[in-house]
Amino acid sequence: MGVNQTLSTYSDMAFATSVVIYIAAMLLYFAEFAYGGRKQAQRARSAELVGAGAPVTPAASEGGVGRVEEPQKRPLSERFGGMAVAMTVLGILVHGGSLLFRGVAVGRAPWGNMYEFGSAICLAAVIAFTIVLFRQMRAERRDAAPAQLRGLGGFVLLPVVVLLFLSGTVLYAKAAPLQPALQSYWIVIHVTAAIISSGAFMFAGVASILYLLRAWHENDPRKLARFAPRLPSGEALDRMAYRATVIIFPVWTFAIVAGAIWAEAAWGRFWGWDPKETCSFIAWVVYAAYLHARATAGWRGMRAAWINIAGLAVMIFNLFFINIVVSGLHSYAGL
Amino acid sequence: MSRVRFALAFLRNTWRGLTSMRTALVLLFLLAMAALPGALIPQRSLNPPQVDKYFKDYPDLAPLMDKVGLFEVFSSVWFASIYVLLFISLIGCLLPRCFEYYKQLRGRPVRTPKNLARMPHHAEATVDGTPDEVLARARRRLRGWRKEERTDDEGRRSISAERGYLREAGNLVFHFALVGLLVGMAGGKLYGYEGQVIVLADGSQFCNSGTYNYDSFRAGLSVDGTKLSPFCVRVNDFHATYQHNGQASSYRVGMDYQSGEDLATNSWKPYELQVNHPLRTAGDRVYLTGNGYAPKFTVTWPDGQQRTSVVQWQPMDPTTMLSQGATKFDQPGVTDEVQRRKTQLAVTGLFAPTAGYDGAIMGSQFPDLLDPAAAVDVMRGDLGLDSGRGQSIFGVDQKMVASGRLQRVARENIKVGQEIRLDDGTRIHFDGVERWANLQISHDPFQDYVLAAAIAVIFGIGTSLSIKRRRFWVRVAEHPDSGEGGSARTVVEVGGLARTDQAGYGEEFTRLAKDLLGTDGSESESPEAESARGRKS
Repeated sequence: MGVNQTLSTYSDMAFATSVVIYIAAMLLYFAEFAYGGRKQAQRARSAELVGAGAPVTPAASEGGVGRVEEPQKRPLSERFGGMAVAMTVLGILVHGGSLLFRGVAVGRAPWGNMYEFGSAICLAAVIAFTIVLFRQMRAERRDAAPAQLRGLGGFVLLPVVVLLFLSGTVLYAKAAPLQPALQSYWIVIHVTAAIISSGAFMFAGVASILYLLRAWHENDPRKLARFAPRLPSGEALDRMAYRATVIIFPVWTFAIVAGAIWAEAAWGRFWGWDPKETCSFIAWVVYAAYLHARATAGWRGMRAAWINIAGLAVMIFNLFFINIVVSGLHSYAGL
Repeated sequence: MSRVRFALAFLRNTWRGLTSMRTALVLLFLLAMAALPGALIPQRSLNPPQVDKYFKDYPDLAPLMDKVGLFEVFSSVWFASIYVLLFISLIGCLLPRCFEYYKQLRGRPVRTPKNLARMPHHAEATVDGTPDEVLARARRRLRGWRKEERTDDEGRRSISAERGYLREAGNLVFHFALVGLLVGMAGGKLYGYEGQVIVLADGSQFCNSGTYNYDSFRAGLSVDGTKLSPFCVRVNDFHATYQHNGQASSYRVGMDYQSGEDLATNSWKPYELQVNHPLRTAGDRVYLTGNGYAPKFTVTWPDGQQRTSVVQWQPMDPTTMLSQGATKFDQPGVTDEVQRRKTQLAVTGLFAPTAGYDGAIMGSQFPDLLDPAAAVDVMRGDLGLDSGRGQSIFGVDQKMVASGRLQRVARENIKVGQEIRLDDGTRIHFDGVERWANLQISHDPFQDYVLAAAIAVIFGIGTSLSIKRRRFWVRVAEHPDSGEGGSARTVVEVGGLARTDQAGYGEEFTRLAKDLLGTDGSESESPEAESARGRKS
């Protein structure tokens, strides 16, 4: 099976372009976050006080709706935010195009090595964030002001850009056909599920980290006084992390089971404690612990958030350390 | 007496502690922590050479680690004790929940709270129609909900409805399926087996008639090596294709197999064995797990006698298939033991499918068979085959070399068709190269149960996490002004409560309230209720 070099080059160009777009989007998000200024933070805080700990819904009382209808120009910071969202969507399209070209160029699912896998995970994470962003724009679902939500954008894109950079440099692999063990339709099923879950877990992990920062501030307003108030309320962050995990945990379970079914055909056993299998199992157990912690008195809130972050740490460890350093059957990094 | 009571109390407290959620959490953490060394430290079951290397690198530490089972984490006592405790805790938690769930299924939805305004979701409006009509409309709207119509002490009529019972069912299915998964895996460990065998791709056969046919065999705890599933395979040829960088792009084994009735009639069915496409027959699976080359040498002794031998050599590098091995010969017609031990021959060294030379040092440049050559030492003397010590088929016994009983008599690079002439006139001819396939035969009678349990796990957790258990109440009262203007009016009050800590019920409640009240229920939420929603929904 030949490799279409032209398409492969297009794919690489699209990849590089998407990284640039994401960086621009990230800077715009951070610009809004930083220069959104005290006004916005104060507005958010006053809305919170009205709500007395309820999810912040300024749209109904003040803020959001009124702001849009005001004849005067929107503040610069908010326009940054709008541009950032537009850039994110553009980034997703170009990034998706990069994977699509790569897939067509090699005539297979475009996640056969670490570069392609890392790239696809990042795409999944950005899409997960965008879905949350757009869902929250519907007023009846809203539990954070749009500007606050956009404030998350920079923190989601930061690890994405880092991971994309690593994928494009250290882990880069030229377009090539797959080795025999990977030539199976299960690569579409198993790896897609793993990519989607990794991306969503990444988003959930970022939400939990920000929740912790926000919670520190809420417990002691002197801490992070300039930073934390710009984030969505702790409750909204916690719920975002939880809902993302709840939706994706069955998908992750499915990814592991699909991997086991594939392993039965490719490696002669459905489960053999290969390092990657072991680490996926550990991540599964940690996320199961997170779900249980949410239902255990005394473990909700910050402790649960720490568990979620531990889950993300295991996923990252599983992606880098296990694939690159430990030798096992999943060593497809090509390094 | 008090001692008995003390013991009982102790047992009861232990049981309660063990089945509490907190303990389950701790055990989950322990399980995750305990599995970690299995991923970081080389495991004997996966990679024995790495374990040996570890012993060499850390001679002081490794034996200690070995004692506590760090090289066999997943069969260690401490790992087993953690998951056994976890599963006991799980079952102890599940059984009462089953009874509870059974009672809930038979029970009726709870009574309508006296003050619906205190519920997290609440709305109220006056609508046209008699209370009867409104309740009938509510019953139609609440199709699929478990409903109960009641009249309370004060004569107020209401419907209490509850939905999402499947959530708990999914949760129970998930946890029981996990138990089933564990049992299935244990069954596989008891009654399964797995063996490896190298078969030359020249029409050689392998029959699963006994463990002695295998190169290595791992039996389940209650497998004694008899009663293996009867079948035979015949490996006819082996094809590999490679990319220009030496990475394999496909392996194909042309073979025939026979099982069941075919064994009696000795008829063969063809099969093309590939990676990802195992042969499934007679309850066993046959996999292609490796391949390599077997150089073919013919030795002609000065007296004209000939012997030909094809023995598999071991690949050292998968990208070039540079292989090492030893092909061993006995001189025919030598019956005297002492004489025999002086004249045994071994052709040992390296084989390259596509030879490249760095000076006189031969290496391999490509895994495919383009320009095969061998760099061999010919050893003569006592191979040590009668010493009683086991020896590798891929090399000669170095003790024999060290003691001088096996001596090198030639060192040459030869290509196919060339030959080496020894000092005594013996000629060693390099005839050609065969390929071999490494087959893995696996048997696990519980595999299908494990799969079924795994599917139940996915559906259970999916159901449990996507369905929300929620309650809804409708209370009606005749409007005080009703009847005077000719049209009946009814005051309708609705309330809602999500019984799980997920957001999302708010939207459904709003829709329900809208349909029943004709207004958007969310607007009449009291501040009190709103703050409660923040906590509950």
